[in-house]
Amino acid sequence: MILDNTILWQFDVLLLPMVIICALAALTIKDLVGAAIVTGAYSFLMCLLWTEMLAVDVAFTEAAVGAGVSTILLLATALHIKRKAKD
Amino acid sequence: MKRLTLLLTLILGAYLIWSVEDLPEWGDPTSPASTYLSPHYIENIVEETSVPNLVTAILADYRGYDTMFETVVVFCAGLTVLTILRRTERKNKKVSTPRPQREGSDIILQNTARLLIPPMQLFALYVIAHGHHSPGGGFQGGVILGASFILLALSYDLKKTLKRFKESSMLFYSGLGVLIYAGIGVVCLLLGKNFLAYAAWSNFLGITELEAHSHGMLGVEIGVAITVMAIMFSLYADLASGGDLDEGL
Repeated sequence: MILDNTILWQFDVLLLPMVIICALAALTIKDLVGAAIVTGAYSFLMCLLWTEMLAVDVAFTEAAVGAGVSTILLLATALHIKRKAKD
Repeated sequence: MKRLTLLLTLILGAYLIWSVEDLPEWGDPTSPASTYLSPHYIENIVEETSVPNLVTAILADYRGYDTMFETVVVFCAGLTVLTILRRTERKNKKVSTPRPQREGSDIILQNTARLLIPPMQLFALYVIAHGHHSPGGGFQGGVILGASFILLALSYDLKKTLKRFKESSMLFYSGLGVLIYAGIGVVCLLLGKNFLAYAAWSNFLGITELEAHSHGMLGVEIGVAITVMAIMFSLYADLASGGDLDEGL
């Protein structure tokens, strides 16, 4: 059975640009703490995308590991090294 | 150099987007990925393992050996961070890094954390225990359990949290989880079946082979969760304090 995703394309239109914006922002932001937080937002958007594709287990992992713990770990690291990235 | 990198990235990106055209449709039942092994799993998993969640059944039973070493990878990652960052008192005198100072304590934050942590831990246990019936499992549940300790350390302080969850117990539990996982496999060997063939437990526990699959998966998930919980908190404690476990973020 191919799933009927006619209702879901609006979510795609909403989520995909935000994912791209977050990914670019995470790369370009000079402040490392800001970049860590944007990475967390990116992870959360990816989690929503996984849910939309009905991969609930992956989405759950992404929410717990990606958006939750790894953001905290990146933040903890960013606060201990020089905050501004040179490049 | 920068322009060359940008050009290369653009060319590669365009090439990747162009090649997306050749990928099969999303959810297409005739795509190569869903014609080889997947039909067997989808049709036979409940008869073979009595576990309704396909993802967990594949992860913990069909590919149990892979998942065991994934747990070992998490364990090794935690140990590596510990080896590189952990500073003892004696070494501490030589190096002194500036750390972000926290000022005072926030009563709203602390009380919110106190309200949040118990349901969080209960939910984590639910996720672990129901991993083979609903989405979730050892990794997710373990991460949520670890995150509850991180929340405690963030809202109060690291020292108070370390009194409840000592560094020695962190190390003990991270090893214990891997040991539970491998131990379940070794018992299967001793009972005369293959490594991690949970059916071997059926005579030992007095249950059918199908139930043994389900219970074996639960045991393995518990092992994964214990390791992941301990390692997640240990990673946070070492990274946030810069290795001396004195004060967090």
